[in-house]
Amino acid sequence: MTASTFEQVRDVASDIFGVPADKITADSSPETIENWDSMQHLNLVLAIEEKFGVQLDPEDIEQMKNIGAVAGLVDKLQSAAR
Amino acid sequence: MTDSNSNPAPDRSPANLRPEIDRLIAEGALVPAARLLAELWRRDPASSTASFVTSRVDGLRDRIPLSKFKLAILRSFTVEPIVPLLRAEAFAHGIDLDVHVGDFNTYVQDILDDQSSLYRFAPNAVVMAVRTDQAAPELWRNFADLSPEAAQQAASRALQSYEQSIGAFRKHSQATLIVHSLEHPSIPSLGILDDQSEAGQCGLIGHINRELRHIAQAFHGVYTLDYDALVARHGSEHWHDERKWLTARLPIAAGYLLQMAREWMRFIVPLSGRIAKVLVVDLDNTLWGGVIGEDGMNGINIGAEHPGAAYQALQRALLDLSRKGILLAVCSKNNLEDAMEAIENHPGMLLRAKHFAAWRINWTDKSQNLREIAEELNVGIDALAFLDDNPFEREQVRTALPEVTVIDLPKNPLDYASAVRNCAVFERLTLSSEDQQRTEMYAAQKQRAGAEQNFQSKEDFFRYLEQEADLEPVSGQTLARVAQLTQKTNQFNLTTRRYTEPQIAQMAKQPHWHIFSIRVRDRFGDHGLVGVAIAHDDDEAGQCEIDTFLLSCRVIGRTVETALLAHLAQSAAQRGYKRLVGWFLPTKKNAPARDFYEQHGFERKETNATGTLWALDLKSSTLRCPDWIKLKVTEEPASRETTPAK
Repeated sequence: MTASTFEQVRDVASDIFGVPADKITADSSPETIENWDSMQHLNLVLAIEEKFGVQLDPEDIEQMKNIGAVAGLVDKLQSAAR
Repeated sequence: MTDSNSNPAPDRSPANLRPEIDRLIAEGALVPAARLLAELWRRDPASSTASFVTSRVDGLRDRIPLSKFKLAILRSFTVEPIVPLLRAEAFAHGIDLDVHVGDFNTYVQDILDDQSSLYRFAPNAVVMAVRTDQAAPELWRNFADLSPEAAQQAASRALQSYEQSIGAFRKHSQATLIVHSLEHPSIPSLGILDDQSEAGQCGLIGHINRELRHIAQAFHGVYTLDYDALVARHGSEHWHDERKWLTARLPIAAGYLLQMAREWMRFIVPLSGRIAKVLVVDLDNTLWGGVIGEDGMNGINIGAEHPGAAYQALQRALLDLSRKGILLAVCSKNNLEDAMEAIENHPGMLLRAKHFAAWRINWTDKSQNLREIAEELNVGIDALAFLDDNPFEREQVRTALPEVTVIDLPKNPLDYASAVRNCAVFERLTLSSEDQQRTEMYAAQKQRAGAEQNFQSKEDFFRYLEQEADLEPVSGQTLARVAQLTQKTNQFNLTTRRYTEPQIAQMAKQPHWHIFSIRVRDRFGDHGLVGVAIAHDDDEAGQCEIDTFLLSCRVIGRTVETALLAHLAQSAAQRGYKRLVGWFLPTKKNAPARDFYEQHGFERKETNATGTLWALDLKSSTLRCPDWIKLKVTEEPASRETTPAK
């Protein structure tokens, strides 16, 4: 994942989960973020799709197990679209 | 110009607004924090921003002034991700929105059970967001398998269910009900064949929607939301996300959830009273392309062709607002003459002077002008909306008058019209024909008052008005109106003598009585017959006495009264009388007429308990019709026998 994508994903996650951005790392996951339940997972998916203009397939969504994985997925989808 | 390097503007990027907002909240500066939150939302209305905004609003909501509104959403699909967007959008309109979401597809039970969580929530309004696949499942899924009769029955069942639900809801609650009407499939099951029949899939769904509208109209406070039109507006292919529908029961794509929220806001804003009553518009590069003061009449762009068409489309949108009873006003930094020339005479303009209720065309700052417009139109500052292409002016108004709804015009003029049409503050749920007419009258009246303030002298204003007056002896056609004016006019009425039609007719037959009416037009329109003067000759005293002199309050103070009085004086002098006399009989209401005779060179003759008698020496009088009024006089007929005063 690129650094700038990670930062943008981190900022989105900070808004969605209500956690300060500096407390979020690539390893942050539903285990470490209290608010990361299934409804917030959907909100995260929608916010990512909206922000980066990508569409996430159900298989992609399953892979979003931590913030680093989300950023990596965004990079992959964006480079595929280019 | 100021040097931007020496005084750098604070970085107001959305990312930097967040810490600034949290700092203000921590300091207890809640109102500035709320303003920045609204700004953040305006600049970046995304799902993640909505989460940030609503979490901060939750901490502020009881400590800053917001209108409370409770909305329940009954639904057949996932609406949860829309809720933060909706609440953030409501917050930006000054509304603290509390949202209750019903369980999946339990809307019928929720409505029928008067103990349900729906009614316990005590909502102000309820949205029934049910899609076609749930409301008319056979029509949506199995249409090709249905016989024509079965299809018709399916439509009837759907309608029956709506009718029962809406009826039961009204029995249990006085809340407003907003029912989504049904969406058509983007490709009907039989393809193009479907459109060849009234009873096709789309035909029957359309039938349900029409009947649903009838059902809604039968109840007070029940409205339909045209969901199919909403989808079509944004494009069915973009709106839908089949993956989210199948995995999360969310049919709407991520990028369009905000549009669903904004469509609901079109109802919530008028329901919570956060509407704009007046739209104040700029002229240059807003109502037309170019700068009238520099480009001139032939240089500005406004017309049916590109690039003027974009501005005409905006003007059409403004006309539509005006028909809904929203007043339009002008606030422009311009020379008045240049601006009026374009408004009145440019062939491409759809909006004319008569469409504006107030104007400030001057070089004063706009927030001051907006304050004056609100005062002149007798509305609060928060009832104003402001439309200006110049971001600097918008920012100035936002800062000085945060209550004003400032519309963010997009860069491209082709998008101006839809920016206005998309504003929830101009939505109305009901409209009487009376509203529309009142607006016209009000607009014309206020327009004159507004125009007056832009002139250096009264005389300039009178000349600008281009008044024309027709002065005529009373006739069969005007008799009723003349009598009515004597009965109704209270303010500018020197003697307040009331006459019936037969009495006026009787007087008109007498050769020594003279009854005149005056009709007035000006550049803003025709006022009709607005003044009456009745005089009678007194040969013994060698004078003519004014019995009645009155003017409708619509035209007081614009020298029409001088024109009418001058005519009485001149015609009395022509008949050989030396004096024109008249009583002022004071009443509780006719103070505006008290100084009238004195101001026109009359002298006080006599005062008694009922009033004062004034006299004008016709030999020395210089009383004339003002030269800015174009007066057309119809002489009295030589023989009164021909006066058709029946």
